[in-house]
Amino acid sequence: MIDVLYFAWVRERIGLPKERIETAAPTVAALVEELSAREDRYAAAFADLSALRVAVDQDLADFDAPLAGVREVAFFPPMTGG
Amino acid sequence: MDIRVQAAPFDFGAEAGAFARGRRDAGAIVTFAGIVRDDGGLARMVLEHYPGMTERALETIAAEATRRFGLLDCLVIHRHGSLTPGETIMMVATAAPHRADAFAAAEFLMDYLKSRAPFWKKEFGADGAAWVAAKDADETALDRWAQD
Repeated sequence: MIDVLYFAWVRERIGLPKERIETAAPTVAALVEELSAREDRYAAAFADLSALRVAVDQDLADFDAPLAGVREVAFFPPMTGG
Repeated sequence: MDIRVQAAPFDFGAEAGAFARGRRDAGAIVTFAGIVRDDGGLARMVLEHYPGMTERALETIAAEATRRFGLLDCLVIHRHGSLTPGETIMMVATAAPHRADAFAAAEFLMDYLKSRAPFWKKEFGADGAAWVAAKDADETALDRWAQD
Protein backbone atom coordinates (compact mmCIF):
# COMPACT_ATOMS: atom_id res chain seq x y z
CA MET A 1 0.00 0.00 0.00
CA ILE A 2 1.19 3.45 -0.85
CA ASP A 3 -0.19 6.88 0.05
CA VAL A 4 -0.59 9.12 -3.00
CA LEU A 5 -0.98 12.84 -2.38
CA TYR A 6 -2.04 15.62 -4.76
CA PHE A 7 -1.54 19.36 -4.34
CA ALA A 8 -2.72 22.62 -5.94
CA TRP A 9 -4.37 22.20 -9.37
CA VAL A 10 -3.46 18.50 -9.48
CA ARG A 11 -5.58 18.02 -6.35
CA GLU A 12 -8.42 20.05 -7.89
CA ARG A 13 -8.32 18.17 -11.19
CA ILE A 14 -8.27 14.72 -9.60
CA GLY A 15 -10.78 15.80 -6.98
CA LEU A 16 -9.12 14.53 -3.80
CA PRO A 17 -6.08 15.39 -1.69
CA LYS A 18 -4.94 11.88 -0.80
CA GLU A 19 -5.67 8.23 -1.42
CA ARG A 20 -4.23 4.88 -0.47
CA ILE A 21 -3.40 2.68 -3.42
CA GLU A 22 -2.59 -0.99 -3.79
CA THR A 23 -0.07 -1.09 -6.61
CA ALA A 24 2.74 -3.21 -7.99
CA ALA A 25 4.08 -0.35 -10.11
CA PRO A 26 7.90 -0.50 -10.01
CA THR A 27 8.44 3.21 -10.69
CA VAL A 28 6.68 6.56 -10.37
CA ALA A 29 6.19 6.62 -14.17
CA ALA A 30 4.47 3.20 -14.02
CA LEU A 31 2.21 4.45 -11.21
CA VAL A 32 1.29 7.47 -13.35
CA GLU A 33 0.37 5.14 -16.24
CA GLU A 34 -1.70 2.97 -13.93
CA LEU A 35 -3.60 5.97 -12.53
CA SER A 36 -4.09 7.57 -15.96
CA ALA A 37 -5.71 4.37 -17.24
CA ARG A 38 -8.22 4.45 -14.37
CA GLU A 39 -10.31 7.51 -15.19
CA ASP A 40 -10.31 10.60 -17.37
CA ARG A 41 -9.69 12.97 -14.47
CA TYR A 42 -6.36 11.21 -13.77
CA ALA A 43 -5.43 11.17 -17.44
CA ALA A 44 -6.20 14.92 -17.59
CA ALA A 45 -4.07 15.68 -14.53
CA PHE A 46 -1.12 13.61 -15.80
CA ALA A 47 -1.42 14.66 -19.49
CA ASP A 48 1.74 16.80 -19.44
CA LEU A 49 4.38 15.43 -17.07
CA SER A 50 6.71 18.35 -17.83
CA ALA A 51 4.19 20.53 -15.92
CA LEU A 52 4.41 18.26 -12.86
CA ARG A 53 6.84 17.57 -10.07
CA VAL A 54 6.97 14.49 -7.88
CA ALA A 55 8.17 13.82 -4.35
CA VAL A 56 8.94 10.33 -3.06
CA ASP A 57 8.77 10.00 0.74
CA GLN A 58 8.84 13.81 0.92
CA ASP A 59 11.97 14.32 -1.19
CA LEU A 60 11.87 15.68 -4.75
CA ALA A 61 12.45 12.85 -7.21
CA ASP A 62 12.36 11.96 -10.90
CA PHE A 63 9.57 10.09 -12.65
CA ASP A 64 11.86 7.08 -13.11
CA ALA A 65 12.37 6.78 -9.33
CA PRO A 66 11.73 3.25 -7.99
CA LEU A 67 8.78 2.63 -5.65
CA ALA A 68 10.08 -0.40 -3.74
CA GLY A 69 9.69 0.28 0.00
CA VAL A 70 8.19 3.72 -0.60
CA ARG A 71 5.37 4.85 1.70
CA GLU A 72 4.32 8.16 0.14
CA VAL A 73 4.30 9.69 -3.35
CA ALA A 74 3.11 13.25 -4.04
CA PHE A 75 2.28 14.97 -7.34
CA PHE A 76 2.14 18.74 -7.73
CA PRO A 77 2.93 21.65 -10.06
CA PRO A 78 6.22 23.58 -9.82
CA MET A 79 6.40 25.28 -6.43
CA THR A 80 5.66 28.97 -5.88
CA GLY A 81 6.79 29.82 -2.35
CA GLY A 82 8.50 32.90 -1.01
CA MET B 1 18.48 27.65 13.22
CA ASP B 2 14.79 28.32 13.64
CA ILE B 3 12.24 27.17 11.02
CA ARG B 4 8.55 27.89 11.46
CA VAL B 5 5.64 27.06 9.14
CA GLN B 6 2.40 28.54 10.42
CA ALA B 7 -1.00 29.93 9.45
CA ALA B 8 -0.92 32.64 12.11
CA PRO B 9 0.37 36.15 11.37
CA PHE B 10 3.68 37.21 12.91
CA ASP B 11 5.27 40.53 13.80
CA PHE B 12 8.22 41.02 11.44
CA GLY B 13 9.75 43.82 13.55
CA ALA B 14 9.49 41.89 16.79
CA GLU B 15 10.95 38.75 15.18
CA ALA B 16 13.85 40.72 13.65
CA GLY B 17 14.52 42.36 17.03
CA ALA B 18 14.46 39.07 18.90
CA PHE B 19 16.77 37.50 16.32
CA ALA B 20 19.32 40.31 16.66
CA ARG B 21 19.16 40.75 20.43
CA GLY B 22 22.13 39.81 22.57
CA ARG B 23 24.44 38.72 19.78
CA ARG B 24 28.11 39.59 20.22
CA ASP B 25 29.58 37.34 17.55
CA ALA B 26 27.58 38.57 14.54
CA GLY B 27 28.84 41.68 12.80
CA ALA B 28 25.98 41.53 10.32
CA ILE B 29 22.30 40.69 10.39
CA VAL B 30 20.21 40.73 7.20
CA THR B 31 16.42 40.39 7.19
CA PHE B 32 13.95 40.01 4.33
CA ALA B 33 10.15 40.09 4.47
CA GLY B 34 7.85 38.93 1.65
CA ILE B 35 4.56 40.86 1.42
CA VAL B 36 1.35 40.01 -0.47
CA ARG B 37 1.42 42.48 -3.38
CA ASP B 38 -1.75 43.80 -4.98
CA ASP B 39 -1.03 43.99 -8.71
CA GLY B 40 -4.55 45.29 -9.25
CA GLY B 41 -7.68 43.52 -8.15
CA LEU B 42 -6.18 40.92 -5.82
CA ALA B 43 -8.67 40.24 -3.03
CA ARG B 44 -6.75 37.48 -1.28
CA MET B 45 -4.24 34.73 -1.76
CA VAL B 46 -4.31 31.18 -0.45
CA LEU B 47 -1.03 29.39 0.15
CA GLU B 48 -1.25 25.62 0.10
CA HIS B 49 1.66 23.53 1.37
CA TYR B 50 2.76 19.94 1.98
CA PRO B 51 2.91 19.45 5.76
CA GLY B 52 5.97 17.43 6.69
CA MET B 53 7.83 17.95 3.44
CA THR B 54 7.68 21.73 3.84
CA GLU B 55 9.51 21.69 7.18
CA ARG B 56 11.99 19.14 5.84
CA ALA B 57 12.74 21.17 2.70
CA LEU B 58 13.17 24.42 4.65
CA GLU B 59 15.52 22.72 7.13
CA THR B 60 17.62 21.31 4.30
CA ILE B 61 17.84 24.72 2.58
CA ALA B 62 18.68 26.53 5.84
CA ALA B 63 21.34 23.94 6.75
CA GLU B 64 22.94 24.35 3.32
CA ALA B 65 22.93 28.17 3.67
CA THR B 66 24.52 27.85 7.12
CA ARG B 67 27.26 25.57 5.78
CA ARG B 68 28.04 27.60 2.66
CA PHE B 69 28.10 31.04 4.19
CA GLY B 70 29.28 30.22 7.71
CA LEU B 71 26.14 31.57 9.33
CA LEU B 72 26.01 31.92 13.09
CA ASP B 73 22.23 31.60 12.96
CA CYS B 74 19.26 31.82 10.62
CA LEU B 75 15.50 32.14 10.90
CA VAL B 76 12.79 31.25 8.37
CA ILE B 77 9.10 31.89 9.02
CA HIS B 78 6.67 30.99 6.22
CA ARG B 79 2.90 31.28 6.46
CA HIS B 80 0.23 29.21 4.75
CA GLY B 81 -3.54 29.64 4.44
CA SER B 82 -5.46 32.75 3.45
CA LEU B 83 -3.67 36.12 3.21
CA THR B 84 -4.74 39.59 2.04
CA PRO B 85 -2.66 42.29 0.29
CA GLY B 86 -0.20 43.98 2.64
CA GLU B 87 0.15 40.96 4.92
CA THR B 88 3.58 39.48 5.57
CA ILE B 89 3.84 36.04 3.93
CA MET B 90 7.29 35.08 5.09
CA MET B 91 10.62 36.30 6.41
CA VAL B 92 14.21 35.19 6.59
CA ALA B 93 16.96 36.50 8.86
CA THR B 94 20.65 35.62 8.70
CA ALA B 95 23.48 36.35 11.13
CA ALA B 96 27.13 36.19 10.04
CA PRO B 97 30.43 37.73 11.12
CA HIS B 98 30.47 39.95 7.98
CA ARG B 99 27.76 41.46 5.77
CA ALA B 100 28.71 39.85 2.44
CA ASP B 101 27.89 36.39 3.80
CA ALA B 102 24.72 37.57 5.58
CA PHE B 103 23.37 39.16 2.35
CA ALA B 104 24.37 36.23 0.12
CA ALA B 105 22.83 33.71 2.53
CA ALA B 106 19.53 35.63 2.60
CA GLU B 107 19.43 35.62 -1.23
CA PHE B 108 20.33 31.95 -1.35
CA LEU B 109 17.51 31.13 1.10
CA MET B 110 15.00 33.16 -0.93
CA ASP B 111 16.06 31.67 -4.29
CA TYR B 112 15.80 28.12 -3.00
CA LEU B 113 12.63 28.41 -1.00
CA LYS B 114 10.83 29.98 -3.96
CA SER B 115 11.18 26.87 -6.08
CA ARG B 116 12.24 24.04 -3.73
CA ALA B 117 9.89 24.41 -0.76
CA PRO B 118 6.45 22.88 -1.43
CA PHE B 119 4.19 25.95 -1.39
CA TRP B 120 1.62 26.89 -4.03
CA LYS B 121 -0.12 30.24 -4.32
CA LYS B 122 -3.66 30.69 -5.55
CA GLU B 123 -4.88 34.23 -6.22
CA PHE B 124 -8.49 35.32 -5.83
CA GLY B 125 -9.60 38.50 -7.60
CA ALA B 126 -12.49 40.11 -9.44
CA ASP B 127 -11.90 37.77 -12.44
CA GLY B 128 -12.01 34.61 -10.35
CA ALA B 129 -9.28 32.38 -8.99
CA ALA B 130 -6.02 31.20 -10.56
CA TRP B 131 -2.94 29.26 -9.47
CA VAL B 132 0.24 31.31 -9.74
CA ALA B 133 2.55 29.75 -12.35
CA ALA B 134 6.22 29.24 -11.53
CA LYS B 135 8.53 31.47 -13.57
CA ASP B 136 11.48 30.19 -15.60
CA ALA B 137 13.48 32.94 -13.89
CA ASP B 138 12.87 31.26 -10.52
CA GLU B 139 14.55 28.13 -11.80
CA THR B 140 17.46 29.91 -13.53
CA ALA B 141 18.03 31.93 -10.32
CA LEU B 142 19.35 28.69 -8.81
CA ASP B 143 22.08 28.37 -11.48
CA ARG B 144 24.17 31.10 -9.90
CA TRP B 145 24.54 28.98 -6.76
CA ALA B 146 25.76 25.90 -8.65
CA GLN B 147 28.94 24.40 -7.23
CA ASP B 148 31.25 21.80 -8.69
